[in-house]
Amino acid sequence: MNENSSPMASPGLLPALSAQFKRDALIAFRNRGELLNPLTFFLIAVAMIPLGVSPESSLLSLIAPGVIWVMALLATLLSVDGLFRADYEDGTLEQLSLTPHPLYLMVLAKVLLHWLITGLPLALLSPLLGMWLSLPAEGYMPLFLSLLLGTACLSLIGAIGAALTVTLRKGGILISLIIMPLYIPILVLGTGAVTYAIDGFPFMSLMSIMGAFLAFSIAFAPMVTASALRISLNG
Amino acid sequence: MEIEAGQVLQIRGPNGAGKTTLLRILTGLSSDYLGRIQWCGRDLRESLQAFRSQLLYIGHLPGIKKALTAEENLNWYARFHAGVPQLSIPEALAEVGLAGYEDVPCQSMSAGQQRRVNLARLFLTPAPLWVLDEPFTAIDVGGVAMLQARITEHTSGGGIVILTSHQELDIKDVKYLNLQDFWSVSDE
Repeated sequence: MNENSSPMASPGLLPALSAQFKRDALIAFRNRGELLNPLTFFLIAVAMIPLGVSPESSLLSLIAPGVIWVMALLATLLSVDGLFRADYEDGTLEQLSLTPHPLYLMVLAKVLLHWLITGLPLALLSPLLGMWLSLPAEGYMPLFLSLLLGTACLSLIGAIGAALTVTLRKGGILISLIIMPLYIPILVLGTGAVTYAIDGFPFMSLMSIMGAFLAFSIAFAPMVTASALRISLNG
Repeated sequence: MEIEAGQVLQIRGPNGAGKTTLLRILTGLSSDYLGRIQWCGRDLRESLQAFRSQLLYIGHLPGIKKALTAEENLNWYARFHAGVPQLSIPEALAEVGLAGYEDVPCQSMSAGQQRRVNLARLFLTPAPLWVLDEPFTAIDVGGVAMLQARITEHTSGGGIVILTSHQELDIKDVKYLNLQDFWSVSDE
């Protein structure tokens, strides 16, 4: 069961991390109906734009980067709300916080899975939606790359809000108020990179800033999330 | 107040007296307290990580994932605790009267059976300190006897059990802490 032979030895961190990741993946797989919610929202909302605004491709290509990015942001916001709530309500979150392992690494495992099942599919679907909104050809690569990096930032930062509002039955409005200000720089960078590329400017500098943003989020967001969870459990 | 290896401490008191709050403070989940808690001579706040590796806490929440089977739930717990468990997961489930339930999803079990899945951890853990919040809730008479036997076995091997319960325990040498008396004493 465990590679440690002495009963007092500290249990391995990697087996614990992989157990946490596998457990969450299994639960996500068993509830795969819910899994599709953010993706469906993203697809439907973007598909409505040409119907609601105008099918004119010159207008659509102008607003495409902004529309796709805003919808991706909202889809993440919707799904991140419940990141810790089920675990909080059935008591497995308090059990997790009582293990000898650093809670922020467990948080990181949960956020990684959240990104894999929401952010990554959103980024993968984005070229399809770009086509739907007549995005110019130069925009595809920056759109995909910025969503790939950006949604990871969104998941990491959203986890902070989810941890702070975990004790509320519905975090909805409050979580939006807490994390929206932190989402704005990512939105500006993401749409900026796509617009730059369409206008023929190099966009890699904006991509690097976004990469730096992601590195910063990976380093600090899980720690803040873990502290927020301990505060929530304390009450 | 001091608890030594091999002792059982039963915390009693009326509803709302603060039994669960006290347990949450003792496990380090809550840090809103005055006074000092020491574990093995060291302050709890300074030795949290070492303390947690020796603690098993069963709260009033189910502590299991309904979407997972009994075995998957227990496997998750087993990965977090050090040491070789005395029993395998199917054996532990058999001990709590759930033989053959390894692959049954917990959402199709009754409240009592879910509780038993969580209590099967008592047969798997090598942790010396058990903190149990109302462990007999939703458990039938046979289950209560089985639990008490397991608690006795644990303390005779040098373990410590702190539990809240309104029931009279059939265990020798139980120490009592009555929160109502405690308050009335400290008020005087």
